[in-house]
Amino acid sequence: MPHRLIRFGLSRKHPEPRMFTRHESLKTAYDVVIIGAGGHGLAAAYYLARDHGIRNVAVIEKGYIGGGNTGRNTTIIRSNYLTPEGVQFYDESVRLWRDLAEDFDLNLFYSTRGHYTLAHTDSAMRTMRWRAEVNKHYGVRSEAVDEAFVKRGIPMIDMSCGGHAPILGALFHEPGAIARHDAVAWGYGRGADRRGVEIHQETEVTAIRVTGGRVVGVDTTRGPIATPRVLCAVAGFTPGILDKVGLRTPIYVHPLQAMVSEPLKPWLDPIIVSGSLHVYVSQTARGELVMGASLDPYELHSTRSTLDFAEGLSAHMLDMFPFLSEAKVNRQWAGLADMTPDFAPIMGVTPIEGFYLDAGWGTWGFKATPVCGKTMSHTVATGRNHPLIEGFAFDRFTRYQLTGEKGAASVGH
Amino acid sequence: MKIMICPLNGPRPVSEFVYGGEVRHAPDPDRCSNAEWSDYVFNRSGSPGIKYEWWCHIASGFWFIALRDTARDVVIATYPADKARELAPVEPPS
Repeated sequence: MPHRLIRFGLSRKHPEPRMFTRHESLKTAYDVVIIGAGGHGLAAAYYLARDHGIRNVAVIEKGYIGGGNTGRNTTIIRSNYLTPEGVQFYDESVRLWRDLAEDFDLNLFYSTRGHYTLAHTDSAMRTMRWRAEVNKHYGVRSEAVDEAFVKRGIPMIDMSCGGHAPILGALFHEPGAIARHDAVAWGYGRGADRRGVEIHQETEVTAIRVTGGRVVGVDTTRGPIATPRVLCAVAGFTPGILDKVGLRTPIYVHPLQAMVSEPLKPWLDPIIVSGSLHVYVSQTARGELVMGASLDPYELHSTRSTLDFAEGLSAHMLDMFPFLSEAKVNRQWAGLADMTPDFAPIMGVTPIEGFYLDAGWGTWGFKATPVCGKTMSHTVATGRNHPLIEGFAFDRFTRYQLTGEKGAASVGH
Repeated sequence: MKIMICPLNGPRPVSEFVYGGEVRHAPDPDRCSNAEWSDYVFNRSGSPGIKYEWWCHIASGFWFIALRDTARDVVIATYPADKARELAPVEPPS
């Protein structure tokens, strides 16, 4: 047994620092309070401390670190979006992702796989060409490819998809990647923690105090805090928080379910998305197929699973990969997706001074974690929206200037 | 929720229904401000609660109203579409 391990075992206090510091009580005041210790909230805390020197920050989490949509998504990272705003924003995110493991000194299992968005109809091919051209214009590597290219890239696929949805081509996005989602939250959390940010788990915000149109503090289940700045990064719980400050948004919440298969031998290298068949799938480093489909069809604030979902998704998986008929489903779960009408997020300043929003992340938020942290920390530090998030502004609906990103959603929700 | 009671067809599996959103009151487009109109067009009451909603039984094409708890996914009652008038009275054009 190594000497270090014996010493560790016999030590009364842990000689190694823990991943996160546990704080017994809240301070009475912080420079910034972040609601939600998911990837987005922790990333904002990390960049506030690292890049803006704002370290007197509390991250308030009603559950545990990364227990919401950060730990429930299907971990796909891509920047093959449709609008110029979206492409530039997500491309910056992909750039940040690549250096993240080194920044954190933590293995994120970031794995560049290549990403195919399959087209089963002429009109889908048209959208793929459109997206490829917008992407290339901004220096993002995306190509509209033909059937033969798809077959070479995914040799195990049934190109006819059971005979009723033959594959005509695809949008191939070379930088498409997957990562270990929990590690992203832990990495940002640990990085923020080491720089002096306090993370308070199992602490719920019960009220946000606003005086004369300005944020002055928040009340929590562990006592009140005075603060001039609050960042709300709570995904599916956003409408509940906004009710506390009297703001209305178009956000509506539907559950999004996902499931994984038992571990299989590696056979699927790239990430596959089919809008027509409502499937996205990738194979993790330990061999499980991570699969997702479209949103549940009606509003619900519960993370229950349904058999309908597992049946529907399995049927479409078998259209593409009939040999999986004997494969078993290991786990199924759901997250609460905060959807917007234009499938773009709502970010930045709000009509309440000192209240900042990072929301409307629906089904597309994980890939944006690093760039959201970067841009929201800039916005909170300076009080002005970062140039990359101007297209996602809170007031775009009153101006009727939407950022239509639905064509780039992985499946037709 | 697995069964919904349609006011016309009785209890049916929920897969036979589509959701049509919350019952809302449209402001008069000729008299409301731009801000009121954009609030109506885009904004929603997104937090969990007990809400009146439009639902349609697809097989019979029958639209009706359900009172549903969106936190627990429990339908409390269903009503014929007439209920909408009572919930959100339409102002007669002047």
